[in-house]
Amino acid sequence: MKKTAFISAAAAAVMAFGATAASAATLDDVKARGELRCVVSTGLAGFAYTDSAGVYQGFDADFCRATAAAVLGDASKVKFVPATGKTRFTILNSGEGDVLWRNTTWTFVRDVDVKLTFVGVNYYDGQGFMVPKSLGVKSAKDLDGATVCIQTGTTTELNLADFFRTNKIKYEPVPIETNDESRTNYLAGRCDVYTTDASGLAATRSTFPNPKDHVILPEIISKEPLGPAVRQGDDAWGDTIRWVLNATLAAEELGITQANVAELAKGTNNPEINRMLGTEGDLGAMLGLQKDWVVKVISAVGNYSEIFERHIGPSTPIALERGLNALWTQGGLQYTPPFR
Amino acid sequence: MSEVAQHYPPGQHPDMPPPAGQRGVLLWLRTNLFSSWINTLMTIVAVYLLYKIVPPLLDWAVLDAVMNAANRDECRQLGSGACWAFINDRFSILVYGFYPAAERWRVDMSFILLCLALVPVLFDHVPFRKPGLIFSCVYPLIAGWLLLGGFGLQPVGTDEFGGMMLNTVVGVTGIAFSLPLGILLALGRQSHLPIVKSCSVCFIEFIRGVPLITLLFVASTMLNYFLPPGTTFDLLLRVLIMVTLFSSGYIAEVVRGGLQAIPKGQYEAADSMGLKYWQSMRLIVLPQALKISIPGIVNTFIGLFKDTTLVLIIGLLDVLGIGKSSLADAQWNGLSNEIYVSIALFFFIFCFGMSRYSIYLEKKLDKGYKR
Ligand SMILES: N[C@@H](CCC(=O)N[C@@H](CS)C(=O)NCC(=O)O)C(=O)O
Repeated sequence: MKKTAFISAAAAAVMAFGATAASAATLDDVKARGELRCVVSTGLAGFAYTDSAGVYQGFDADFCRATAAAVLGDASKVKFVPATGKTRFTILNSGEGDVLWRNTTWTFVRDVDVKLTFVGVNYYDGQGFMVPKSLGVKSAKDLDGATVCIQTGTTTELNLADFFRTNKIKYEPVPIETNDESRTNYLAGRCDVYTTDASGLAATRSTFPNPKDHVILPEIISKEPLGPAVRQGDDAWGDTIRWVLNATLAAEELGITQANVAELAKGTNNPEINRMLGTEGDLGAMLGLQKDWVVKVISAVGNYSEIFERHIGPSTPIALERGLNALWTQGGLQYTPPFR
Repeated sequence: MSEVAQHYPPGQHPDMPPPAGQRGVLLWLRTNLFSSWINTLMTIVAVYLLYKIVPPLLDWAVLDAVMNAANRDECRQLGSGACWAFINDRFSILVYGFYPAAERWRVDMSFILLCLALVPVLFDHVPFRKPGLIFSCVYPLIAGWLLLGGFGLQPVGTDEFGGMMLNTVVGVTGIAFSLPLGILLALGRQSHLPIVKSCSVCFIEFIRGVPLITLLFVASTMLNYFLPPGTTFDLLLRVLIMVTLFSSGYIAEVVRGGLQAIPKGQYEAADSMGLKYWQSMRLIVLPQALKISIPGIVNTFIGLFKDTTLVLIIGLLDVLGIGKSSLADAQWNGLSNEIYVSIALFFFIFCFGMSRYSIYLEKKLDKGYKR
């Protein structure tokens, strides 16, 4: 009896240790370490990829940089941790990563049961289908009997099952681990259809030898709000990430850009800009950050629109329109609470 | 012709050249390629396939290939073949990963020293073998110092390791440490001491029952739940430990096969000469057992070397990982063939080298026993 009691006490102690390890103040850990560990995807054009100098680039990678700029004052102090759809939550929950900026859909189960906290949406997306033009398919409803490449551990997998069930059509799933493997399998003709977030489809198609031979079908079968996530139970750290994202949006709204931020930081007669840039009040201190944290963010990566245009906007090979991701003032969904 | 008419005493006839068609190229062709109608058919099919495969491959890889270009579009304008410019552009990160550019000579240096350290271990008729072996023993320390820095060199974190260099570090460390460990485990499994024996059996069976990828995943994520908070335990070190343990389990089984093939008389002979356990193992049993196990051991090592690409799953970017994330660069749209062919070549060179060495070793050790 005694022995078992001891063993379970020891086990409980280990669990408690584990729990504290995961929920300790991440902000302090990051500052002490002097480096932000940012979980990104293993390679998705426009969102996260390595350039010839071995540096991570992309939409998600820039949000990692923005976070590091805010927290550490230096956008280069990021360690990128690449994760597949399946491994990303474990990597975050075990403390191997501090924050997840990896085109991850905010869902009920992930928020509640996987014990994550989603703190915003940096890209509103939805799941789409891509097929070779030569198949002559016009609508996703024509896909009866098709083989479909999907990534394991993603919402894609579940949406697909729902869609085919409600439409009473049959399909053959080909589960795959990373985007690059899906791409290879799809191009090799091992599946007729590739399905994932529409942004991911556009990004993947842009890397095809002949992008024009493939069409993205009109149906969008799900809502995929992609956003940053942190471990549950560290609200202060969640606040930090939330307001880094909001700062990029507010900066776009207020016309603060990479080019003019230094000028504006000398003081303006718009009190909200002054509050954001730290010339009035001390919002930074409330987050446990420096006064000029937003200045650091914007001078490192620019505002939301600048990040978007640089990596995935119409002038890039990915060529995504702002669409739902336009500011609320321009008919989109991107809306930040006020800096007050 | 006059020679033919000449008569010779028995046994004195000079050697004559074989008749035409029974010598040289023609003979070789006839015996190797056209000895029967099946063979002839297969030769024709093979030649046809080669004709179909080789010229286009040559066109792609060499004749129409582009060595220098700024991006994919430029590549496509310059030639229809492989765009090696992409590999050119990515070469340094494929090799060195994120290792700081100014310090990369240290990686080169440790690789050159590795080759030097291997020579006395792998071959026995080389000059300065004795001092060479001492150098080989201290090599791991030197390499560790060179790669990690400290003591006068700028420190480099293991999270900056990547590319081929990471594969090589994981592979070489795994190989170097799993062989001795595996031999000990194999001996442990044969031991008469019940505790030693059961521990070895449990360990080996556990390792063989679990996929490497699971062990790596446990090493990278689960371990954090059990360690007290605040301890940082280098991720690469964890990987090295797991890879070493994993391959030692397999080595142990290969060596056990060798041990069991040694006739009982050998063990008894050693005992009857009054040799202690370690002496008899070192002098009599192991040299014979390891010799038979060479193909299996090298096989395990080749497998281990290729398994180093699995570290991608736990967020380390080995050469394959870097290749994958480079492929997502819109500048170099869709050049996956080039990347994968290059990576395949890298692995082929290493693995082929290992298997040639194993053949050389088998031949060398087989001398006295060839049946
Ligand atoms: N938004 C979905 C899917 C996310 C996802 O995995 N997308 C793929 C393709 S768009 C990706 O990013 N792959 C990159 C990788 O394999 O690392 C989710 O959160 O489950």
